Amino acid sequence: MNYLHAIGEYFLMLKGVFGRMTKRSVLKDLIFKEIDDLILSSIGIVAFLSFFIGAVVAIQTALNLTNPLIPKSLVAYAARQSVILEFAPTFISIIMAGKVGSYITSSIGSMNVTEQIDALEVMGINSLNYLIFPKIIAMLAYPFVIAISMFLGIVGAYTAAVMGGFVGPEPFIEGLQDEFIPFHLVYAFIKTFLFAFILATIPAYHGYYMKGGALEVGEASTTSFVWTSVVIIITNYAVTQLLLS
Amino acid sequence: MIEVKGLHKKFDDEEVLKGIDFVFDRGKTNLIIGQSGSGKSVLMKCMLGLFMPEKGSIEYDGKSYHEFTEDEKKDLSKQIGMVFQGGALFDSMTVEENVMFPLRMFTRQKRKEMKSRVDEVLERVNLTGTANKMPSEISGGMQKRVSIARAIVNRPKYLFCDEPNSGLDPKTATVIDNLVQELTHEYDITTVIITHDMNSVLEIGEKIAFLKDGVLAWKGDKSQIFKTEDETVTDFVYSSDLFKKVRKAQLEGY
Repeated sequence: MNYLHAIGEYFLMLKGVFGRMTKRSVLKDLIFKEIDDLILSSIGIVAFLSFFIGAVVAIQTALNLTNPLIPKSLVAYAARQSVILEFAPTFISIIMAGKVGSYITSSIGSMNVTEQIDALEVMGINSLNYLIFPKIIAMLAYPFVIAISMFLGIVGAYTAAVMGGFVGPEPFIEGLQDEFIPFHLVYAFIKTFLFAFILATIPAYHGYYMKGGALEVGEASTTSFVWTSVVIIITNYAVTQLLLS
Repeated sequence: MIEVKGLHKKFDDEEVLKGIDFVFDRGKTNLIIGQSGSGKSVLMKCMLGLFMPEKGSIEYDGKSYHEFTEDEKKDLSKQIGMVFQGGALFDSMTVEENVMFPLRMFTRQKRKEMKSRVDEVLERVNLTGTANKMPSEISGGMQKRVSIARAIVNRPKYLFCDEPNSGLDPKTATVIDNLVQELTHEYDITTVIITHDMNSVLEIGEKIAFLKDGVLAWKGDKSQIFKTEDETVTDFVYSSDLFKKVRKAQLEGY
């Protein structure tokens, strides 16, 4: 029953987010601030993780290719498919649920416990729109982060595979281009957009509707990470079933 | 002027306000006092439109809040200034940005004009030189003054203060009380203050509503509160040592 209540409350929140709009000039500043806080500040960690994930995928694949009949270019093929289809969009989104999601929950939650949200409401400002709408718009730039992740994942795979002596540069490039299906990129970016919306709204819900003090802000951040991850995984399954099967 | 008529508010089965009738006068500091859980904050939140009462009405200058259209409610909220218990300053903004916030949201003034008004208000609350500081870099008393500055920057008709001097030392608390009273007279606004502090009652209680268990148990002003024999009021008022001494002095004819 509590879950149903929470789901209903979440959709009512979304209705409120797209309700009475904040003044355009203020909204513009908020969106730029959120792009800085949510997107630009995440690029460093995403780049670091992607490079090494790509490298590890390449090494693992190469070490498991013991049959001489299987071409070495399969290392690049496997790395490309893993990075584009799953590691970049899904794995990075789970990490972002921890980084960006916790930030959103704790920042809105802190505003909640210190009556800053009440202050907005008393001034006649639609606090849902003021706080959450700019985050949703800023997260439209999230596919840009995932594109960087895909690129660096493949660079990491190339570096590990070629520098590690598992495969030469030419077979690697050949494997990278082998049986490439452009729709896989479309699929990856469709789910990235969905994950971006989930990353902006579920943590915001947990921050906005939390009750209590500083301790509860911490609890809300943890709960928000768990639920954001769960919803991302379920959405990933549903989208994959719909678009690829 | 704000008039509350027969206000009832329930949470689940618990009736928190049981028919409050009171007039908050313009140009006066109107205090709501009472023990914790007596319904003071709920009354204020009903007046601010944050809670919807089950019965009764709240009239702003003769017009019931429930009859307001959405646009009128929006206009009303622009005429309200609110000082929260903890200040409720926006952590991510400087003092200047906090005070400028209502002007940015509700006016079409140029930045220069807004800055000039913010400087004027900060000077009025004795906070010159703090414009570029973050709320975390200033003391609790200064945060309250920033909150007051933010509340009055857009020249409101109504000022609401939820325990404006809680957590402050007595000297700073008196400064805040006097500042709120001066601003009330200066701008001729209707000020509503929730307080537990009997010093504030003594200093600025121009009109007082005493709430007990959701009922308006007594009303009067700071001079009458000493004279009342009503036990519900005296039990609360004379729980303060200061007031006990004042009462004793009165009885002894000083």
